[in-house]
Amino acid sequence: MAAPCWLALPVAALAAVMLWSPGGSAAGHIEDQAEQFFRSGHTNNWAVLVCTSRFWFNYRHVANTLSVYRSVKRLGIPDSHIVLMLADDMACNARNPKPATVFSHKNMELNVYGDDVEVDYRSYEVTVENFLRVLTGRVPPSTPRSKRLLSDDRSNILIYMTGHGGNGFLKFQDSEEITNIELADAFEQMWQKRRYNELLFIIDTCQGASMYERFYSPNIMALASSQVGEDSLSHQPDPAIGVHLMDRYTFYVLEFLEEINPASQTNMKDLFQVCPKSLCVSTPGHRTDLFQRDPKHVLITDFFGSVRKVEITTETISLQQASPVVESSNEEHEMVEEPIDPLKYAEQLPVAQIIHQKPKPKDWHPPGGFILGLWSLIVMVFFKTYGIKHMKFIF
Amino acid sequence: MAAAGASATDLELVRGKRAALFFAAVAILLGLPLWWKTTETYRAPLPYSQISRLNALQVRLEGAAHRKVHTLLKAPMPSSAQLRLTVPVTVVFTRDSVPLDDQLKLPFTCRFQKAYRRALDHEEEALSLGNVHEAEAVLFEPEKQAEGSLTVYMISEHSSLLPQDVMSYIGPERTAVVRGIMHREALNIIGRRIIQIAQAMSLTEDVLAAALADHLPEDKWSSDKRRPLKSSLGYEITFSLLNPDPKSHDVHWDIEGAVQRYVQPFLNALSAAGNFSVDSQILYYAMLGVNPRFDPASSSYYLAMHRSSAASLYPVLNFLLYVPELAHSPLYIQDKDGAPVATNAFHSPRWGGIMIYNVDPKIYNASDLPVKVEVDMVQVMEVFLAQLKLLFGITQPQVPPKCLLSGPKSEGLMTWELDRLLWARSVENLATATTTLTSLAQLLGKISNIVIKDDVASEVYRAVAAVQKAAEELALGHLSSAFVASQEAVTSSERAFFDPSLLHLLYFPDDQKFAIYIPLFLPMAVPILLSLVKIFLETHKSWKKPEKVD
Repeated sequence: MAAPCWLALPVAALAAVMLWSPGGSAAGHIEDQAEQFFRSGHTNNWAVLVCTSRFWFNYRHVANTLSVYRSVKRLGIPDSHIVLMLADDMACNARNPKPATVFSHKNMELNVYGDDVEVDYRSYEVTVENFLRVLTGRVPPSTPRSKRLLSDDRSNILIYMTGHGGNGFLKFQDSEEITNIELADAFEQMWQKRRYNELLFIIDTCQGASMYERFYSPNIMALASSQVGEDSLSHQPDPAIGVHLMDRYTFYVLEFLEEINPASQTNMKDLFQVCPKSLCVSTPGHRTDLFQRDPKHVLITDFFGSVRKVEITTETISLQQASPVVESSNEEHEMVEEPIDPLKYAEQLPVAQIIHQKPKPKDWHPPGGFILGLWSLIVMVFFKTYGIKHMKFIF
Repeated sequence: MAAAGASATDLELVRGKRAALFFAAVAILLGLPLWWKTTETYRAPLPYSQISRLNALQVRLEGAAHRKVHTLLKAPMPSSAQLRLTVPVTVVFTRDSVPLDDQLKLPFTCRFQKAYRRALDHEEEALSLGNVHEAEAVLFEPEKQAEGSLTVYMISEHSSLLPQDVMSYIGPERTAVVRGIMHREALNIIGRRIIQIAQAMSLTEDVLAAALADHLPEDKWSSDKRRPLKSSLGYEITFSLLNPDPKSHDVHWDIEGAVQRYVQPFLNALSAAGNFSVDSQILYYAMLGVNPRFDPASSSYYLAMHRSSAASLYPVLNFLLYVPELAHSPLYIQDKDGAPVATNAFHSPRWGGIMIYNVDPKIYNASDLPVKVEVDMVQVMEVFLAQLKLLFGITQPQVPPKCLLSGPKSEGLMTWELDRLLWARSVENLATATTTLTSLAQLLGKISNIVIKDDVASEVYRAVAAVQKAAEELALGHLSSAFVASQEAVTSSERAFFDPSLLHLLYFPDDQKFAIYIPLFLPMAVPILLSLVKIFLETHKSWKKPEKVD
């Protein structure tokens, strides 16, 4: 047995926690207040990650979203606080040479699909309506908890969207669009109901900056991969899989996030510098005028990680000791289980019957519309050509 | 012939003009209103004016030292209704406590609704007993004390009910005892003592400010104000036992018994604040994610976020009991100064608490691994219940000087602490409901395409009525009915706001509207308009012509 140990310095884990000790000198109190002023006032973190494309050639959008999902999970946000919306038709696509995988680096270095992905909205559930319902909270009562954004006024939310976009709109699943005005209105409704403390909006599409032009609610910071009129380009073509694996902006953002661990003090200004024009070809943009704090003081882990404030419990309630009833519970555990009949599965698929089946006699059906139409066409053409007087020789 | 032909064409012309005019009349008088009516969205009427009046409620918080006027929302209106909170306080005078004629002249601020009376005989007897606890046992009548009310007994200066230097005493059941002074000029002193006691047992400005913290733009950063759970209809409490080293420790905890004996009475006392459901689990090989070292603590830790049972939509409070591994036992938590924390526990606002349970080292000598560990539930529950109190925001009030605070009841919660919670919650609920209704009205006013169904409208009406009722009850000092009304207001307003039918996907920018309607209406409208123009020009010319001839 080791000597008494003290809980001390941090180590690799999933989330960071700040420890506050109540009391302290007056100078410490002023310092605390100054620190507190620059800290975000949030107590929990949420993430909404949306990939708005489907089909095999949009592999890179799914890889983008899944890579961000992995980073966010690594930095501490649990699955219950992540709403992941994907078309999810890559891993099991018939054209995928490596089924059940989605790679984000060429030469198949990094499989971001894995076996613990929790996709909340998949395939055709990723629609503009569902996305807006998730954001505003107006989901039907039967929606399970994992599909809801249960944030409160002390939540910091990260919203990441990727796909194909244009000037003022974003295409959802090749069939509908969401405009920047609708998005701004949705954020305003979230603000009215105090569903977020601060919001970070990242978008990686062509002309992404147009999507955050219309925001008007406070406490929103936005990042985009390209300005209006520019296209965001993809990054890594993989000859084995045959498609591009990632988009440039997300690739460099993820490289940046690899350096972040739950204790790092890197701030948002560094994130703005990620992917300059020389690497990205497009010009990334950002918008901070609606945000109250200075981006210099905003930690990356305020949005990408899950930080919890913690206080030491110093008081206890005194309870009277009731008579212990320990012995009887032990005895119950030692009761022998009665033998029960062995269980077996019901016969679900009677294979023997199917194999030795005789072919069923098919019922006769009168000829359908096509045959009738074809014959009536032939008959009409015949009589038109040769005249109606031949009728009496036929019938 | 030509004349007949000319008159025929004239007739044609006149008929043509009449036809064109009728077309235009039908299109404009019948068609346009029909099109407008059939394409408008159904919007049930809402009480917008009442909602905007709610918006202007002001809470007047008068502190003794300073005055601050907090407005719930932006626009303060001059002649608005004021949200008044009154706490009914009954002051009972025994003989020789205060000079007779002064008994009705005690100065009070307007938050407390004062009622004075003389002590009845049995009360006089009870108050002349030797011990304040015995007196309380006699005086305690739970049915007569309405929720939120206070009774203050004034005893004489030289009474031996309280210890010698103690001026006042706060009991566990909404009663207090204050020493009176026989001197003529002592009214202010006594009045102040009573006010301090009453404030400690009911409401102070801090409590109200904390309740309204989310709706006030400033003062967001104090940790005290972020700690309490938001008001909700129900809560789910989960107790988890984490055993990362089952090879060394065979841990048993009698959680059912402990919940029944200690937690359930506490939750029953708190039952007015919401429904509670309790469950428990044991997790094996679950790490807390900390690596202990011998260095003194800095101020960061790492903590793995644990998955709680995700089955309920109510806020969840997690309480984890961690039994450290054999290699890391015993494990202590250090605070900033380096001293070990007595409770060995910490908590996180709006999430829950964690306690580290160190196994008694003597057990290891007796047997070989795994050793059977029986968790001392009393020690554990003391800490967890204290954390539960803190997470709910039930903190130690500011007691006035020279005041004796009675020991806690067996459930761990004093009745007036519950009252304080309910006062704060009622105000918070009212503020939330008002904000929700106002933002809903704004939203529906701004986006004119949203359909407002009848049930949404009825929920809004119900919410507005409940807010008004709650405000009235708060002004009268009926705490329990005010709290119930405020909860109903919050539920109705949330249900109205989050109704799934209020989706504004019917957003049509103006250019899209034109694009839809022009191909339909333009081919029809152009001939009509052109013919109208032609008719108008001709009539204009024909009016002018007679002038020329004459």
